[in-house]
Order: sequence, then structure tokens, then C-alpha cells
Amino acid sequence: MLYREAGDYKTSYTDDAQTFPIKLDRWWYYAVVFVAFCIVPFVLTDYTVNAIMLPFLIFAIAALGLNILTGYCGQVSLGTGGFMAVGAYATYKLMTAFPDLNIFFIVILSGLITAIVGVLFGLPSLRIKGFYLAVATLAAQFFLVWLFNKVPWFYNNSASGQISAPERTIFGQAVTGPNAEPWVAYLFCLIFVFTLAWLTRNLTRGRIGRSWMAIRDMDIAAEIIGVNPLRTKLSAFAVSSFFIGISGSLFFAVYLGAAEVGEAFGIQKSFLVLFMVIIGGLGSIFGAFAGAAFMVLLPVFLKIFFVDTLGWPTDIAAHINFLIAGGLIVFFLIVEPHGLAALWRTVKEKLRLWPFPH
Amino acid sequence: MKLKTLVLAACTTAIVAGSASADLVFPLLDYRTGPYASGGIPFADGYADYLTLLQERDGGIGGEPIRQIPCETGYNTERGVECYESTKGEGALVYQPLSTGITYQLIPKVTADDIPMHTMGYGRTSASNGEVFSHVFNYPANYWDAASGIVNYLLEETGGDLEGKTIALVYHDSSFGAEPIRTLQALGEEHGFTVSLKAVSPPGNEQRSTWLEVRRERPDYVIMWGWGVQNSVAIQEAANIRFPMNNFYGVWWSGSENDVIPAGAGADGYRSVTFHGVGDDYPVYDDIQAHVVDAGLAAGAGDQIGTVLYNRGMYAAMLAAEAVKTAQEIHGVADITPAMMRDGMEALVIDEAKMEALGLPGFGPEFSVSCADHGGPGSSAMAEWDADTQTWSLISDFADPDKDVIGRLVMEDSLAYAAENNIPETRCE
Amino acid sequence: MPIWLLNTLEVSINGLMTGVLYSLVALGFVLIFKSSGVFNYAQGVMALFAAQSLVGIQTGQVPFAHLINAITGLHVSRFGFDVPSILAIILTTLVMVVFAWVVVRVIMVRLVNQEPIILFMATIGLAYFMEGFGDLMWGAELKSLDVGLPSGGSFWIEDVTAQWAREGETYWGMYVDTLDIWATVIAVFLVAGLTIFAQYTKAGTAMRAVADDHQAALSVGISLNRIWIMVWSIAGFVALVAGIMWGAKSGVQFSLSLIALKALPVLMLGGFTSIPGAIVGGLIIGMGEKLFEFAIGAPFLGGATENWFAYVLALLFLVFRPQGLFGDKIIERV
Repeated sequence: MLYREAGDYKTSYTDDAQTFPIKLDRWWYYAVVFVAFCIVPFVLTDYTVNAIMLPFLIFAIAALGLNILTGYCGQVSLGTGGFMAVGAYATYKLMTAFPDLNIFFIVILSGLITAIVGVLFGLPSLRIKGFYLAVATLAAQFFLVWLFNKVPWFYNNSASGQISAPERTIFGQAVTGPNAEPWVAYLFCLIFVFTLAWLTRNLTRGRIGRSWMAIRDMDIAAEIIGVNPLRTKLSAFAVSSFFIGISGSLFFAVYLGAAEVGEAFGIQKSFLVLFMVIIGGLGSIFGAFAGAAFMVLLPVFLKIFFVDTLGWPTDIAAHINFLIAGGLIVFFLIVEPHGLAALWRTVKEKLRLWPFPH
Repeated sequence: MKLKTLVLAACTTAIVAGSASADLVFPLLDYRTGPYASGGIPFADGYADYLTLLQERDGGIGGEPIRQIPCETGYNTERGVECYESTKGEGALVYQPLSTGITYQLIPKVTADDIPMHTMGYGRTSASNGEVFSHVFNYPANYWDAASGIVNYLLEETGGDLEGKTIALVYHDSSFGAEPIRTLQALGEEHGFTVSLKAVSPPGNEQRSTWLEVRRERPDYVIMWGWGVQNSVAIQEAANIRFPMNNFYGVWWSGSENDVIPAGAGADGYRSVTFHGVGDDYPVYDDIQAHVVDAGLAAGAGDQIGTVLYNRGMYAAMLAAEAVKTAQEIHGVADITPAMMRDGMEALVIDEAKMEALGLPGFGPEFSVSCADHGGPGSSAMAEWDADTQTWSLISDFADPDKDVIGRLVMEDSLAYAAENNIPETRCE
Repeated sequence: MPIWLLNTLEVSINGLMTGVLYSLVALGFVLIFKSSGVFNYAQGVMALFAAQSLVGIQTGQVPFAHLINAITGLHVSRFGFDVPSILAIILTTLVMVVFAWVVVRVIMVRLVNQEPIILFMATIGLAYFMEGFGDLMWGAELKSLDVGLPSGGSFWIEDVTAQWAREGETYWGMYVDTLDIWATVIAVFLVAGLTIFAQYTKAGTAMRAVADDHQAALSVGISLNRIWIMVWSIAGFVALVAGIMWGAKSGVQFSLSLIALKALPVLMLGGFTSIPGAIVGGLIIGMGEKLFEFAIGAPFLGGATENWFAYVLALLFLVFRPQGLFGDKIIERV
């Protein structure tokens, strides 16, 4: 009744090919964007930004990036943590080497540097496939972590081996460092998220995106119909790493403020982001957001429920947290292997018919 | 603790917190899960039990009740940030995260939020320069003090002659493990010994190549900088290659019961530097037993009392409580704020009379903190493990480290931080 | 023999033995992957859980003691008796069989015919679950595991090899850990037993049939469920053996589950579907990483190269042989 496409006539191809062909969807999308940009910044507190919003936005970028590689191009990667580390260390080096460079450009440059590294580690994908490739990307993960730990140049020879982000401003407002207002940090990340999501949508429905999907669905067949696997796979690695580099850069500079490579960018990060992509739904932009929200919010909710509401000892709550997180992941995969995005699609189908069953 | 009482307590605290936070709030950022749970559990137990003791026996500190807010970090930096953000609004007096990673995140944050942080024996070493790090304290000793303390002990044992000796450093390949390298190298230049570096891939389940290397090179001494599983594996391997345990020294994070017990009799004679007393032969433990454990209020299973890490957690809580008392004296109010707490920590004086009165005679060194010096004297003693009786015992008195060398390194690092972050160093003038 | 050669030999032998321990973990992966196409990431956590259960049963711990105490206000921790090692191992094996039954019944049956990546993710979910479950059941603190295996350097080998050095050179003799020797012997028996089981018993033949072709196996009346439960049980037992070996070295705590990460390059090298591949791959990885650390890593790169070198070695190898050493040849059809 409420959610319908009847009466929504299209008179041009542009109309037909738009991202949200249904009017209600479109209005819904405008409303979300409006709320995110114009209302949320005014109601934010330190806690909501630092514990929920920033990790959600930053992991959404990482999930978008990995989704391009795994969901659209079919190359499973477990090197996400390592690539995030590249973004973070590139940011640190650029921030300290060029104190006057605007942080906005630093983040983008870090993404570009990560893209180059990503292409390098993507080269074996031309020979290796499936799980062999997934495990091979772990080589990138472990090597990069070791490298950033071992070479003092990456952390400016500091005695502590940690990198910490100095304060940088945009339009006089601190974006990084402890004095950054929560709403500034939020908006800064949100702009990246919005732009990159828009970019993903438009990449994936264009020529490049179609060639990625052709490779994903069957690489030999794709090669036969004229898709160049070298260029396609490497472009997927480059774009994906660019995204992941940006998320690593924001993760370090805006969210954490200080980082040590083994702890912040270890193998758990790689698994976490892969989880987001799978739980959210492979090959779906909405899925990347849903997965990131799910994985970021779940521990917070469980903690609030068990510790703050029920008053259980924190360690039992933490064990049960693992138990429930693992159980939910398995449950979701059993109920809907194609992720939250597929669930959402089903709901929409149902809504279209509601309240009439046929 | 009974669940029902817990629920009740949680509800009442929620109501109390809702109305006003007229009590002393201690956030407990501990980790009882995750890769380092075996070290986190006893520390957290000790910290919580001491605060519970004060609450039960004395009704709080200076008549003001204590409220503990436990928050599980799992040694994970993001969870640590979440814990910090969710507790700081409650009036948290002091943070002690027991994780170097979380410490680094919090250094700028606590400074901006005007809440002190105490990192006892870990964290950022150069934070002992109070001119630069106004809200971070790492008294009574830090990593570099530990390195110097071990070398001083060796000097004493060899009659001041380490000329031409080799010391191998077996370290956790992370920024934590790399901490002592500069200090040891600087001391090596001064005393003429060479430092041979042996990195161990974390987590350290598998260290065969490292110990084959040690066996081939036969260094005179081995110093270990490890945490978690690395320690017990290393001690086991050292025992296996029959490296003399008396020449094997660990930092204080490599010197708990967890680390030596798995190696069995082979660990006999292993030594570890420490900045506080060992064992449970202190009057305060009778009180903890009577008021906390027997009353069923112990934070853990109550079986960790007297272990090294339990003692350390308790010591941390004791220093925090003393700082509260100092702050109450300075400002003349019982219900202090985090900013007053910071002043209390900066004016903290621990002497033998105080420790005696607390039921902890001779438990740690005497020291005082000042505006410029947040690090204390850095005194440390040497403890040795006896595998037969399963006890640690101190084999030396608390002695001061080589402050010339460490002071130089601290200045260098803290000034670099100050320059990077535009902090003026004129706070204490 | 010159000293460098002896040292190299010593490092190689130790590497080979470490490799055997890697193979033990990899073996569990291969068994499950072969029979059901599931890349079971939970293998490492299974080893941890098995070791935790073994110690718990051995020392008579009350399961879920902490939870029970929190809910009821009781103070239970131990039953007050010790269980002999052999009996404890048998009981733990039973626990792993029950575990296998639950996993197949609850998860695997419902995920038949899903894409490999979904199955892989499900096992990661399972790993999380097991981690929480194991800690809740037996507690997260460090436990030492002792089933009576000897450890420490072998004096005999040390004495014999000490003479091999050239005159005038000091050499301490070769260091070989007796625990490693035992692990090797046990691994040999385990692999021999598995091979005999797979080749000469009815259940083993059925297992191989399932591994070859699910549908063909179903059509001749083999119950997939039964075979999967069997395979997961065997993998559970292999995990127990691996857990005992690694637990004896380092004590039983969380990091034990991370040995799975050491087994992954072994799998890449040896091929996901080959038991001999897991063994040979383990040996190559073990020896390769130790020799690299000895010859290049420690002297020139600052050490601690073992974590990544195994992966890079396997990666380089795969570039030339994408299906691993003994893996099934990848034939792609359009």
C-alpha cells in the first residue's frame, strides 16, 4: 500500500536507470542524507561519536572497499588489516613531513599510496584463485605489519614505536587530535563515506563494474568475451585498496588518534571487515553499511544489555558476547546466506504487495 | 557475587548515578578475556579487591563512598576507547588501562578532558616528564627504569665489570618489546657490554629459532621483554637448552606465576625485576580475606591473592587511593573531581610510615611525585623464583636506576612529542 | 664437519620437527575440506577447546563454574578428584565427538550447497562461538597441561653430535627436543592409522567416496550426515592431539587457537585436499621458515620474520603451481 511503484511512470532512459527507481525509496534516501548531514551533527555526544558513529562510518568505507574486491570482482582478500595499516602510516608520514598540507588531501593521498601497494599484492591473483588467494593475501597482512613494526622510519624513529596524529584543522576547526569537536570529526568522515558510496554505485554500474562482475561470475568466460583479466583484477585491487587506505587513514587520524600496527591493524581487522561484507551481503552497497552497523553495534548493545542492565560480571558478559556474536553470524548465514541486503530485498518485496498477498 | 545483589546494586547505582555522582568513581578498564586474559585477570582482581576493601572496611575514602565501574576491554584498543567514553561522563577519577596501546590513545584524550591517567610500569615512558605530559603519571617506575635496574643488578653481581660481556634481549616484536633497546644500548656504551637483539614473532607460541640462536651465541645474560604466552614458552625453551636460569632476567611483565609454573622445575632460579613486594605476607591481606573474600565480595575467584600480578593490581589501587586522600587534603573536600585528583597525584608522597599504616610495610620504594617529575624514582628490586616452594622472593633491596642515561632519553622523547603537538614546556614554572 | 654446516643441520632438523607440529594442525583442515568442501577456520579453536577440556577433566574442574557461581551464589570450582591422563583423553575425545555431532546437525546440514565462502564464514562464526563457550566452560586463565610426555633437550643426541665438529672448534652438540621427537612419532602413528582407516575399513571407504563425489556417494546409499559426523570427530581428535602437543609447550590459553594461522601456509603449499600434502607442506614450511630466519632473517632483517615468511614462501610457490603441491589439478570449463 504505502510502498509501491504503481503510478511511478518513467519517460526517459535516465529516469529508468537511476539508483532508486521507486519514488518512496528516493525520498527515503534524501531523508537519510538530510538527517545524516543536517540533524545528526547537532545531537552528537562524545560517546555516540567515538564509540558508535566514527567506527561505523570508517568501517563502512572499508567494507565498501572490500565489497568491490570480494563482492563485485570475486577475489577474496584477508589483507584488509595490512592495507589499512598502509593508509594509516602513509597519513602519519605525510602529516609529519608536510605540516601545512590540508588533512583532506593527506587522506586522499594515503588512499592513493595504498592503492599502489594493493596493486602490488594483487598481482598473484592473476595466477591464484579462491581460497588459495585468500590465504595468499594473508602474506600481505603479515608482511606489512612486520614491516611497519621493523623499520623505524615509518614511525619517525620515535622511541615508543607508536604513531600519534597531531592536530590538523580545516576552516579553523580541529579534525584530528584530542580537541576535535565530535561533530567535526563526524562530518569529516561522513563526507568521505558519502562520496565514496556514490563513487562505488557509479563505478559498479558502469563499464568497469560490469567487467568486475563478469570476472567474478566466470573469469574464463569473461576473458573469452574480451574482458582483460589483468586490467580488471588489478583495477579492482586498486580501487578496493584506495577505499581501504582511506578508511585506515581515518581510523588512525580521526578515530583512534594513536596506533600501533600489530594491535590496531592485526589479522582480526581483516576478518572483521570480511564479516561485515558477508553479513551485509556480497555485492551490495547497502549491505556494506548494514554489515558495518551490525558488527559495530552488536558488542555495544550486548554490553549495555548484560553489564549495564542485567549487571552481570564483565568477563561473563564478554564470553557470552563472543558466544552470541558467533551464534548470530552462523544463524544469519543459515537463514539468509546472502546477507542483510538480501533480507532487506525480501522485506521490500513483501512490502510492495502488502497488505494484499498477491 | 550473587546475581540478585548484583542486579540490585546495578539498579541502585544507576539511580544514584542518575541523580548525582556524589561518590568517588573508579573505572576499571580490565581484561578478563582475549589473548592476555591470564595476565589481566589477577591484576583486575587485585585492583577491584583493594577498592572493595576500602569501601567495606572504611566506608570509602575520607568518608566518601567508592563506586567501581568495570568495563571489559579485552586488550582491544577500540573497546578501550568505548570504555573510556562511556565512563568519563560518570566522574571517573583516574584511568589505569593496563595496555600500552590503549594508553597511547588516551594520552591526548585525558589531557583534553582533564582526567589523570596512571600507567604503572607500562605505557609511554617519557610521560614521566610532567612538563609535557600534564595528566599522565607513570610512577613509581617505567620500562627504562626496569632495563637500567636489571643492568645495575648485573653490575653489582659482577662487581661493576660488564666489560666485554654480551647481553641478549629476547623481546616481543612490537613497540612494547622494543622499549628497552635504546636504554640498553646507551648503557652498553657506558659499561662496555654488547646487546644482541632477538625479536620473537608475536604471540610467541613458537620460539625455537630464537633459542637455538641463543644457544649458539651463548650470551652471558639474557633479558626478556615479553607478555602473555611468550614468557612461559621462553622460560620453557631456556630451561630446555639448559641456559642457566640465574642469568635469565625478565621485565616485570615477564615475572608472574603464570610465566614460570608451566616450565616446572626448570624455571627454578629465574629472575625478574619488580617495583613492589612479592608474596602475601602483609597484614593487608588478612583484611582483604576477612572483609572481601570471606564476605563473598571478591572480584574474581579469590584464588589469586598474593600472586605477583594481583599484588601489582592492588598496589595500583593503593596508590590511587592515597592520591585521593592527598587530593582531599589539598582541596579540603571529600568529593573530589578528576582535576583535584590530578593535583593529588602530583603531590603524592609515599613513605614507610604510610605503607606501614596501610598494612603494607616495605611493599614498595619510598617516593614522591612533583609537577615536573611524574615518574618517581624508578627504584626496582630483583625477585627470584623458587620452583620447590612455588614462591617468588626478593633477593635484593630497592635500588635506584641510572637516572643520567634515562633522564636524557626521557627528555629527548618527550621534547619530540612536545614539538610534534605544540605543547609549551613551561607548565611547572 | 665445519661449524656452520652443523648449525644449519641443527636448524633444519628443528625446523622439520616444528613442521610436523604444523602438519598436525593442517591435517584437521584437510580432512574436513576433502569430505565436505568446508574450509574449517575453527580448527585452531577446536584444538584450544580440546586442550581446555582435557585439562579441565584431568583436574576435575566443574564446567561453567564461574557462570554457576554468578547465578546461584555458590562457590564451586572443583569436584575434588583427578582423572588419570588416559581416561581424560578418552573422555575428551567423546566431548569432541559430541561437538562434531552438534556442528554437523545444527550448522553443516543447513548450509549444504552454499558457496564455499559462506561455509568458511560460518566456521569463523563457529570459532567465535567456541572461543566464548570454551572460556565460559573452563575459565580463561592459563592452565598447564601435562599428560606425561617428556620434554627438554635430548642428552644422547647432544653427546653424539658434539664429536662431529672439526678439531679445535667448540660445539655443544645438536639440540633436539624430546617432546618434538615424541610429537613426530605420534604424528607418524596418527597418519598411518588414518591411512589404514581410510584404505581398509568400510567407513573409511565411504569417507573417500564422499570426498570424491557427494552425489555419487549418496546414490549408492552412503549417509552424508554420518560420514560428516565421523570426519568432524576425527578432525576433533586430530585437534586434541595438536592441542596436547602445543599445550605442553606453551600452556593452555587463548594463543593456542592462533596456531591455525601457522597451518594456513602449509595448506596452501600442500594443497587443501591432500593428506600427504599437509605433511610434506608442513615439513617444507617448518624447515623453510627456520632456515630463512637463521640465514637471512635474524642477521640482516632484524628477526621475527617467521610469521610472514611462511606465507610468502607459499605464495611464491603457488604462483608456479596454483593448486599446491599435491592438490587436485584445477580444471576450469566454461
